[in-house]
Amino acid sequence: MERTADALLSALLAGNRRALARVISLVEDDAAEAPALLSALYAHTGRAHVIGITGAPGTGKSTLVNALARAYRAQGHTVGVIAVDPTSPFSGGALLGDRVRMRDLAGDPGIFIRSMATRGSLGGLARATADVISVLDAAGFARILVETVGVGQAEVDIASAAHTTVVVEAPGLGDEVQAIKAGVLEIADIFAVNKADREGADRTVLALQMMQGLAPATTGHHRAAGPPTPHARPQPGPQEDGSWLPPIQKTIALHGDGVDALREWIERHAAYLTATGGWARREATRAAAEIERILRDRLWEALLAGLPADCFAQTVAAVVRRETDPYTAATRLLTYAP
Amino acid sequence: MTERKIRVLIAKPGLDGHDRGAKVVARALRDAGMEVIYTGIRQTPEMIVEAALQEDVDVVGLSILSGAHMALCPRVIELLRSQGMDDVVVLVGGIIPDEDVEPLKQLGVKGVFGPGTSTGEIVEFIRQQVAG
Repeated sequence: MERTADALLSALLAGNRRALARVISLVEDDAAEAPALLSALYAHTGRAHVIGITGAPGTGKSTLVNALARAYRAQGHTVGVIAVDPTSPFSGGALLGDRVRMRDLAGDPGIFIRSMATRGSLGGLARATADVISVLDAAGFARILVETVGVGQAEVDIASAAHTTVVVEAPGLGDEVQAIKAGVLEIADIFAVNKADREGADRTVLALQMMQGLAPATTGHHRAAGPPTPHARPQPGPQEDGSWLPPIQKTIALHGDGVDALREWIERHAAYLTATGGWARREATRAAAEIERILRDRLWEALLAGLPADCFAQTVAAVVRRETDPYTAATRLLTYAP
Repeated sequence: MTERKIRVLIAKPGLDGHDRGAKVVARALRDAGMEVIYTGIRQTPEMIVEAALQEDVDVVGLSILSGAHMALCPRVIELLRSQGMDDVVVLVGGIIPDEDVEPLKQLGVKGVFGPGTSTGEIVEFIRQQVAG
């Protein structure tokens, strides 16, 4: 490793925030020094609790991250925040605006916020988000909050990057049918129904409970949707059979209501994972996803590097002229693989 | 291998709440392929420099319409220097009287852009400054 990279790493481990910011940039830009830096700092990782915050645009993810970070600081934990926003597919530029809602966190040396653009990734995170998590972990942050882009129904990368995934819902965004759909809702370890002071919050809670198969059957759509009777449902959290029933926590992030209760659920989930061996399984999932991604990137780069000039473009043109088909073309290109 | 993106922090220090200009510039820079971190209104110089450090930006763009530029700009530049961030390009946009432009540049502000500046001009200026 170059001496500058070595010095950066030492400074990062000693708590230098400028060095931390520089290392994140090198990792994000896939700079030449990045693989060696990440290799060297990996031994210092594995201490942080990584918490994903995901949900549709406008549910209040950034405001909730702001409030959660404050709640963690009140408990004495240091907090790293990664806020991901989309890159424009046309210009390659991005407008990263999550800091607007995180101004309360300014001036606290126990907090470090980094905005990331997706740079072409489609799973709700940026390509380098997992690596940036490692960097913040090595820098000693005890809790790492990862805010995904505003997601639809299928951006579930966060589940293989975080230990605990919080799916944020808000009243009025979808009916019960939306709640049954597969994807984002299935990755929740905890649901936060944010903006709970708005009309329809109870209906949103009910819809989530229905999805969990737990709402009382008497709730017809002509009845007022009040809170369901509690005795019919098992308590959320750890179950007797060793599974985890995702709790549904109402929050009003703007005023901080319910945020400490949410933080406590997140901590209880970590304790549950540790007690049941789930933590080790999630660590394995995270490591596998990371290795897979690196392998895919490297194989792709190696293949492209091995192709004769213009070979890819000529193949594309041949497919467009219907002289060959995409499958045959791909098989032929694979013969150039190293 | 991904290309290195130009990262720009757009901030509004001081107490005026008119952020339309800042948003127009932020959008133009995004459309020019840059990553723009937008921090919103009523930022203190300390908040701006902290954000610039964490985000490791190449450029800090300050939008000031309050008339307080001769107080705010020196403070931002001083704080950047105290963090060893002398290489960050500082730009100012907004209502800046002609007679203040030269003193601001003496302080280390690289570019001053008043009303009527085309966004293309700002994009070009940033590209040249960051490349050079």
